[in-house]
Parts: sequence; C-alpha cells; structure tokens
Amino acid sequence: MKHVRIGNGCGFWGDNLDAPRELAEHGRLDYLTLEYLAELTMSILALQKQRHPEAGYASDFLDVLQQLVSILKCQPQLKIITNAGGMNPYGCAVRARAILDQAGLMKRRIAIVHGDDLLPHLDELLAQGHAFTNLDTGEPLSTIRERIVSVNAYLGCQPIVTALQQGADIVITGRVADASLTLGPAVYEFGWHWDDWDRLAAGTVAGHLIECGAQATGGLWCHWQETDLALVGYPIADIEDSGAFLLTKPPGSGGAVNRETVAEQLLYEVGDPAAYLTPDVVADFTSVQLSECGRDEVRITGVRGQPATDSYKVSIAYRDGWTASGTLVIAGPEAAPKARRCSEFIFERLRRAGVSPAHRHTECLGAGDSVPGVLPIVDAPEVVLRVTVRDTDRAVVERFAKEFAPLVTSGPPGVTGYTTGRPPVREVFAYWPALVDKNAVAAQVHIQ
Amino acid sequence: MDTLHLSDIAHGRSGDKGNHANIAVLAYTAAGFDWLRQHLTAEVVQHYFQSLNPSRVIRYEAANLFAVNFVLQDVLAGGASRSLRVDTQGKTLALALLRMPLPLIDNVSSMLRPKGRTPHER
Repeated sequence: MKHVRIGNGCGFWGDNLDAPRELAEHGRLDYLTLEYLAELTMSILALQKQRHPEAGYASDFLDVLQQLVSILKCQPQLKIITNAGGMNPYGCAVRARAILDQAGLMKRRIAIVHGDDLLPHLDELLAQGHAFTNLDTGEPLSTIRERIVSVNAYLGCQPIVTALQQGADIVITGRVADASLTLGPAVYEFGWHWDDWDRLAAGTVAGHLIECGAQATGGLWCHWQETDLALVGYPIADIEDSGAFLLTKPPGSGGAVNRETVAEQLLYEVGDPAAYLTPDVVADFTSVQLSECGRDEVRITGVRGQPATDSYKVSIAYRDGWTASGTLVIAGPEAAPKARRCSEFIFERLRRAGVSPAHRHTECLGAGDSVPGVLPIVDAPEVVLRVTVRDTDRAVVERFAKEFAPLVTSGPPGVTGYTTGRPPVREVFAYWPALVDKNAVAAQVHIQ
Repeated sequence: MDTLHLSDIAHGRSGDKGNHANIAVLAYTAAGFDWLRQHLTAEVVQHYFQSLNPSRVIRYEAANLFAVNFVLQDVLAGGASRSLRVDTQGKTLALALLRMPLPLIDNVSSMLRPKGRTPHER
C-alpha cells in the first residue's frame, strides 16, 4: 500500500536551523515542508522588498537549503515545499537556484507559486466592489487605506499540486494556508478529487498538526518533563490513500508523540473545532479519532470535511505608529512596588519634558504580571520591570527610550540589568483580517 | 486533601488569532470531561480572566478529545505587534486557567490523569 511521508522541519521564521536537516536525514521523507510566515511576517518582508527589490523572502530558508544539498544528493526523490517566498518568491527562487547549481543539482526543478499579493490590484479590487471589511470589527478599509503595507490572500493547495504535476522538486510559495503545504503533496500523490471533502479534510488535519513543527512532538506539552526536549524530533505525517495517517517523529529523537501532545496541538489556534476553515475544505476536528499505536505513534482516522467556502482569507498589515519596550531588573526588598514606582518616575520625568505617550503599560515580571490580575500575587525577591509605550509620533517614543538609563543612578537602590542599551524603537504593523471572493484572485505557478 | 486545581483533571494549550486568543482545555478522563462540560462554562472563564477584558467568551466542545475550547475575543490588548503586554500572543493563558482551584468534587479520583510513565504505556 502506498504511503506518503511528509515531515515539517520549520514551524516559524526563527525556528531551529538544524531541524530540517535532522528530519530529512532520519525521517525517510518523501516531502519536507518548511513554514516561515506568521500573521505579520509579510509586513516585515514587504518593507524589506521596498528597500531592496531583490529581498522580501524568508532568508533563513537559503541557509537551510545549503545544509540540505548533501541530503538532496543522497535522496533524489525528496521534494521540498515551503512558503519561504514571502513577498518575493521569485527572488527567493533565484538564490535557491544558485545554491542548487553550485552543488551540482542543476536538474532539480524549482517552481514558484504567486498571485497571493493583492496590493498591486487593491484599488482595482475596491472599485469592483470587493470591500475588505475588517472581519473582526466590521470597519471599512477606507479607515486605513493610506497606511497599508501588505495585502495577501491565503491561497490553497491547488497551485502546489499544479507545480508538482509540472515536475517541480522544490516549490516556493508566497502566502498559502499553512496546512495546504502538506495537503498539496498528498493530493498530488494520491490523485484525490477536489470534491473529496473527507480526504481533503484528513490531509488538512495532517498539515495543521505538523505546521508548527515540534509543537506536535512534545513542544508546549503540559507534561514536557516526561520527555527530553533538548533534541526534540520534528513531526512526520505518514499518509495513506484513505486519508488515515500516522503522526510520528524520527526514531531516537527527543520529544514525544502521544494522545496528549497531538490533541493539544489539534486545538492550537482553533476557534470552532467543528469547522476549521481553509481555502481547500472545511475540516471537522470533532470527527478526528486518535489512537496510540506504539511509542511515539498516533494514528488519526475518521476525519470528515465539508465543501470549502467561496472566499479566501486575506491578511492585511498597516502602519500603526511606533513602539518601544524597555526592561530593568529591580531587586527587593519590595521589588514589585519599587518597580512600579520606577515606572512612575519615568512617566513623571517625561511629563515634565512635555512628552506623554498615548498608550503605556507597566509590568513587573516575576510578580505575576504576564497574566495581570489572574495569577496569584507573590512577594518576588526581584522582578523585571518592563515598560512599553506606543504612539503615532516617533519622537515621543524615542524620547521615552532615553528615559530608562537615568534610573540606574537616579532611582532607588537595586536597579540593574541595563546592559542592552536604549530600547530600540520599532514601527508597529497592525493586522486587518478580511475575506475576498476566490474568483478575484488568480494563483499562478511558474517553473523556473 | 490539598486543594486541587484544574491542571489535576485537564491539560491544555492556548494561542492567538489576531486580537483573540483560544484556550483548549482537555480532560484526562470521560468523568473529567463531564465535569468540564457542566462547570467550566464561558461565564466562568470570562469572570476568571476579567482583568484582561475579553469582550466575549465563546465555548465549543470536542467530545472526541474530551475537550472544551474557549475563544476569548479582544483579550490580547491589540494582539501581536500592537499589544503592549509581554505575552502578546496569549501563550500563557492556558497555564493560567489550569491554575484555577477546583471545588470539592465527589468522584474526583475518576478524573485524575491515569498513572504511567507515558500515555501510551497505560
């Protein structure tokens, strides 16, 4: 019976750089997926591309690919699917091509998937009546139109399937739904039909479970002490034509795959578990059956799906002022009250200087402020004072950033930890979720 | 007997969707799931996190996982990037909820995590 083994070696931009190589080396994979794009990553990449037209993709992928070339030579059937293309899949593919060519892998084909970037057509789309109303608040897009930096539709797996049908060995996409990175190769390998909603849902569950990397294999597990996370193995979905699949990890690796790790991850970042919406299908997570088959093996069966909706989700990022966050260590006695007083000194001094940030927040970390007002209050021996502001005026935030160091000499005794210098001032990009009709978006595949 | 906490009968995980967070709470046993269904209501969770001002709490059930899943709307003070809080993405909310003290429950022993080194060996 045919099986397709898909492993995910990267759960976000910033994940462990050695994980993809470890997984490809020991996972007996058919496909390696690498996921780089969080909700707001595209805004950062959009600005990088504005400054340097050849940039705008997840550059970590190139380091990973460099590490993978020797494995690609030993495992000629191994294919890679990644959304590392970000705002510039073409630019990413050019660099990837150079790495493959230099390693003598001239015949491996790279495909790019694009068409998710709607910003170039935004005014046209608005004129056609596509409103991009805020999905959460109902506000019209006109309130932020001038401040938009990126508009990306979450494409489904269809263009990935097309790329594989055209012989791609490496598929580099822009924004696609994370689970579609896994569903694409499954659909291609098994020839699943586009209205076979149960199988599409099963492949989506597999993709959802592995998309965050080690979160399915012991990362974040409430009983993390029962395993060793230092050398955690990354997840593999071993999929059958029926849609049933085994979730596992490379033998001998750290971490754990069991009912608990899988069930926790199944509900991660989920709203209604009976209707998990992707561009490909509406998956019903309440139909999923989990059974432990052996050590670090959970079999997933019974997944049901419903027809996909007529729209793509769209992620819009817009400029929303400036922020800075500074930290100091405040030693006790009475560390937390002392820290709060230090924060008051900062804002009192700023007020005297005629500066009043629009939004401010003070936290005494170590005294329960990571979930303020919920955790039990303790008398901490020391706390980290974290003060954060946001304002539309950059100068206000810059002035705030200069008010931290003086506390080292002009505050109470026991103030330390000022070694990282002035807090950096960074631009804020806010997130605007919306929907758009699928027929307004043209996904495109280009073989290099 | 010492006070038990929600973490004695359930595990969980939390994450973000824009300015909303979700908290999944998964019972260890069927009896524990029955207790969660009856007692861990949206109102209880909204009250527990009132200092974070969720505008609305919605509860879903996934009986196949012995789980209740809460969506806490507008609880992240702006969400990733905009929020001024250290936990912009609600990563710690599940652990905070699991620290909720439990009242005295008659059949609580049937709700505790079954013993064994790892779940699959039980």
